[in-house]
Amino acid sequence: MNYQPTIGLEVHAQLLSKSKLFCAASTRFGEEPNANVHPLCMAMPGTLPKLNAAVVDMAIRTGLALQCTINLESRWDRKHYFYPDLPSGFQVTQNELPICEHGTLSVSTTEGERPIRIRRIHMEEDAGKLMHDPQSAESLVDLNRAGIPLLEIVSAPDIHTAEEAAAYLRSLRDILVYIGVSDGNLEEGSFRSDANVSIAPKGSTTLGTRVEIKNINSFRFVQKAIEYEIARQVSVLENGGKLVQETRLWDAEKGETRSMRSKENAQDYRYFPEPNLPPLRIEASQVEALKKTLPELPKEKYRRYIESLGLPAYDAAVLTAERELAEYFEGCLTHYADAKKLSNWVMGELLRMSKEEEIAFSALRFSKEQFARLLQAVDAGKISLNAAKEVFAHMFRTGEEPERIIEAKGLAQVSDVGAIEAAIAAVLEAHASETEKYRAGKKQVFGFLVGQVMKAMKGKGNPALVNQLLRNRLDN
Amino acid sequence: MNIHELSMLELATKLADKSLTSVEATQACLERISETEPKLNAFIYVDAQGALEAAAASDKRRSRGEALGPLDGLPMALKDNIFVAGLKTTCASRMLQNFVAPMDAAVVQQLRQAGMVLLGKLNMDEMAMGSSSTSGVFGAVHNPYALERSAGGSSGGSAAAVGARVLWAALGSDSGGSIRQPASFCNVVGLKPSFGRISRRGVVAYASSMDQVGPMARKVKDIAALLTLLAQPDEEDVLCNPRPGGDYTQGLEQGMGGMRVGLWRESLEGADKEVAACIGEAAKACERLGAQVEELSLPLSRMAPLAYALISAAEASSNLARFDGIRYGHAGTQAPNLHALYFNSRGEGFGKTVKKKLTLGTFVLSSGHYEAFFVKAAKLRTLLCEEIKQAFKKVDLLLSPVASTPAFPLEFNPTPAQSAALDTHTVLANLVGLPALSLPYGFSAQGLPIGIQLMGKAFEEAALLRCAHALEEDKPSFQRAPLL
Repeated sequence: MNYQPTIGLEVHAQLLSKSKLFCAASTRFGEEPNANVHPLCMAMPGTLPKLNAAVVDMAIRTGLALQCTINLESRWDRKHYFYPDLPSGFQVTQNELPICEHGTLSVSTTEGERPIRIRRIHMEEDAGKLMHDPQSAESLVDLNRAGIPLLEIVSAPDIHTAEEAAAYLRSLRDILVYIGVSDGNLEEGSFRSDANVSIAPKGSTTLGTRVEIKNINSFRFVQKAIEYEIARQVSVLENGGKLVQETRLWDAEKGETRSMRSKENAQDYRYFPEPNLPPLRIEASQVEALKKTLPELPKEKYRRYIESLGLPAYDAAVLTAERELAEYFEGCLTHYADAKKLSNWVMGELLRMSKEEEIAFSALRFSKEQFARLLQAVDAGKISLNAAKEVFAHMFRTGEEPERIIEAKGLAQVSDVGAIEAAIAAVLEAHASETEKYRAGKKQVFGFLVGQVMKAMKGKGNPALVNQLLRNRLDN
Repeated sequence: MNIHELSMLELATKLADKSLTSVEATQACLERISETEPKLNAFIYVDAQGALEAAAASDKRRSRGEALGPLDGLPMALKDNIFVAGLKTTCASRMLQNFVAPMDAAVVQQLRQAGMVLLGKLNMDEMAMGSSSTSGVFGAVHNPYALERSAGGSSGGSAAAVGARVLWAALGSDSGGSIRQPASFCNVVGLKPSFGRISRRGVVAYASSMDQVGPMARKVKDIAALLTLLAQPDEEDVLCNPRPGGDYTQGLEQGMGGMRVGLWRESLEGADKEVAACIGEAAKACERLGAQVEELSLPLSRMAPLAYALISAAEASSNLARFDGIRYGHAGTQAPNLHALYFNSRGEGFGKTVKKKLTLGTFVLSSGHYEAFFVKAAKLRTLLCEEIKQAFKKVDLLLSPVASTPAFPLEFNPTPAQSAALDTHTVLANLVGLPALSLPYGFSAQGLPIGIQLMGKAFEEAALLRCAHALEEDKPSFQRAPLL
């Protein structure tokens, strides 16, 4: 039988706020265990939550970037479970009425582009971390992460392939990073995803039994885990089995999902309204003001690069992959108008060297004007492309003016017609037999002769001019 | 002069004119404590040394003319669910028997800024759940007017110590009547302010949407002075009113002429004859003092105890989830695994009343029961708010008994229904967030104190205190001393 998989994704993105969601403790990563704690996030009695307003702004901006409705009134709820990573025994979240609802994210795959609906976005607190020490048989609790603000972004079950799921997550991550609300760092756990996967016979109007997969922390694993899970579900049904509603854990090492708990053992979270926080009310004017702070999003940029700048899709994709790179590119474009030539340089020399030298675009030693002047020197025939690359490398390391480097290294091209013609004359005289061969129709010799002229000019002859003048001389 | 017969503000006057020192007052308190404690069991901890040092510092300030205010040097004590940095806050629970508060509560900061001397921590029902002050790990509090009877609860220690003339004032907390009912049992004035009038920071939470700290003293004027101190904004409690309450001692003498008093009809159902007689007498006094009195029916109020029972249990089950024996508090013995640690910590750390409450709270929040219980209770609460809002269009004040009976015997072991009936008249103010005051208004034939409850409009404590003061002046029942 043919099955149609249906996938919904829940993403937990850690927000880039300096302090936690409800207390003043720092959110810095990599501190000593339990260094970033405050009585509230340690759940000392007598403590009360105080909402971090910066987080609300980030949630609204995310909602706007994902075309959500922003709820001007949303609420806080407590979600309960007993585990040492949750010191108060409840997580403060937005269950009943989230801050953002009904958004969309357009996702491109090899099959084309499709909108995926976003069901809701809400704010909540992260839990702490347990460390199991195999030496002592004790478990240690680190509460640095407890109370760090998260956005949970829940898609509708609109995704049908593992590839599409991975593309959705990449797009979503790009947007969060672009608008500056999350660092999207998968290794540090600031972008985590769970997937709900079910299959149903093609054409069926009802969905199959839903299985939740947890612990998928890379884009590659998402795709693999979902592919594995779809195949597993198909095989269960094909073999006459029945699927159970359950939560499964992705085991990256074994490349499989395995059962964690079934629906019967599902937790009862005992949600109820958080009595210590009033409903969150937002002014429409605040939403309007935040709208103005949103940058052009990666998709829009990508489209504009192709349509208005005339760049190939590949270039547009590379240049818009990161906001910093796109902004650097656009900054250079104000000094140098040929987008394609600039794109070649940025994607080529600039990206290569900044990666090699591990320098961020914001920390480059040379200005965008300097970069533009170098490119203009090539266009004007002042230096060859190869020489320009040498100049660029030097400018990258030292920040010196390109003109000075050209002069100091003696890289200026000779475009003086008289000088080139003199060199040509000397070469033709020294290589009379090759000249004869060319004129007799052996056109391949031309390249040799060009090489000789360039050699005579110590490589500084303007190659286009050398070609043109030599051909004139030989053909007439 | 018997220093113990003074009211708080009378003592303050003596401190101000230097006819008494803070050290003398504190010494007198400590001596009285050693006399009465074997009978009352009102204190969990007495910080004699700390109090005497604070008193000496206060006297020094006064002698230099640098007193921090009219209450500088006044000894007082706090219910043991209020944090004093460095002192244990036990909530009369085995769970927190060794828990040292990491900070001062907001109210303690305010008392310290006013120069008040903190004498110690007062006994209560475990985790502030109860109406008898018998459930705590430190044993029952005894009523100073009848030692074999309950002091009421949960702020029983606060009420007993003030009622017994040990203290001039104390702080209690009130989530369903825990200040007013013991105040009524011990012949003390007790105020539960509007929700949000006093910061809850540093107070161990029971039912967060209803918890309020409040003052207990012998005279309404004392309550007004203390409220003036405590009704301050606190940015750390986002539900605390951002505007200070002002000076409640001003205008206290203006009487209750022209006030409209509603006699809450349902509150008299099931009231003792003597209690009902007190209310009748109070209604007459109101009229005599120039107020209009009318009977008023609040039919939904009969169901208030149900809403209260479910909501307070739900919030408590959530608030007390943090006591898991991991970071602080009683850690379960013989716990080979995590589940056993939870089970034993909570099983050993909490007493029966608390466990019942937590079980009920967990039940009403669990899936399948949430809609049927919690949501219904929340809806009822909304309807009650509406009913009260309508009532307060007609009247300025509601008059009712605090409790249907005077203090009951210590061995009284109420059925669940009787237990709920103990807070019938007090929970309404907590559910709708209104200020309510318990005013001593007479004695039963057996010599047991009877209080009346006055409930006012939200954040209109000034009017409430003014009326209470007028009634108190009219009939100063507080003057009858305990037998102790």
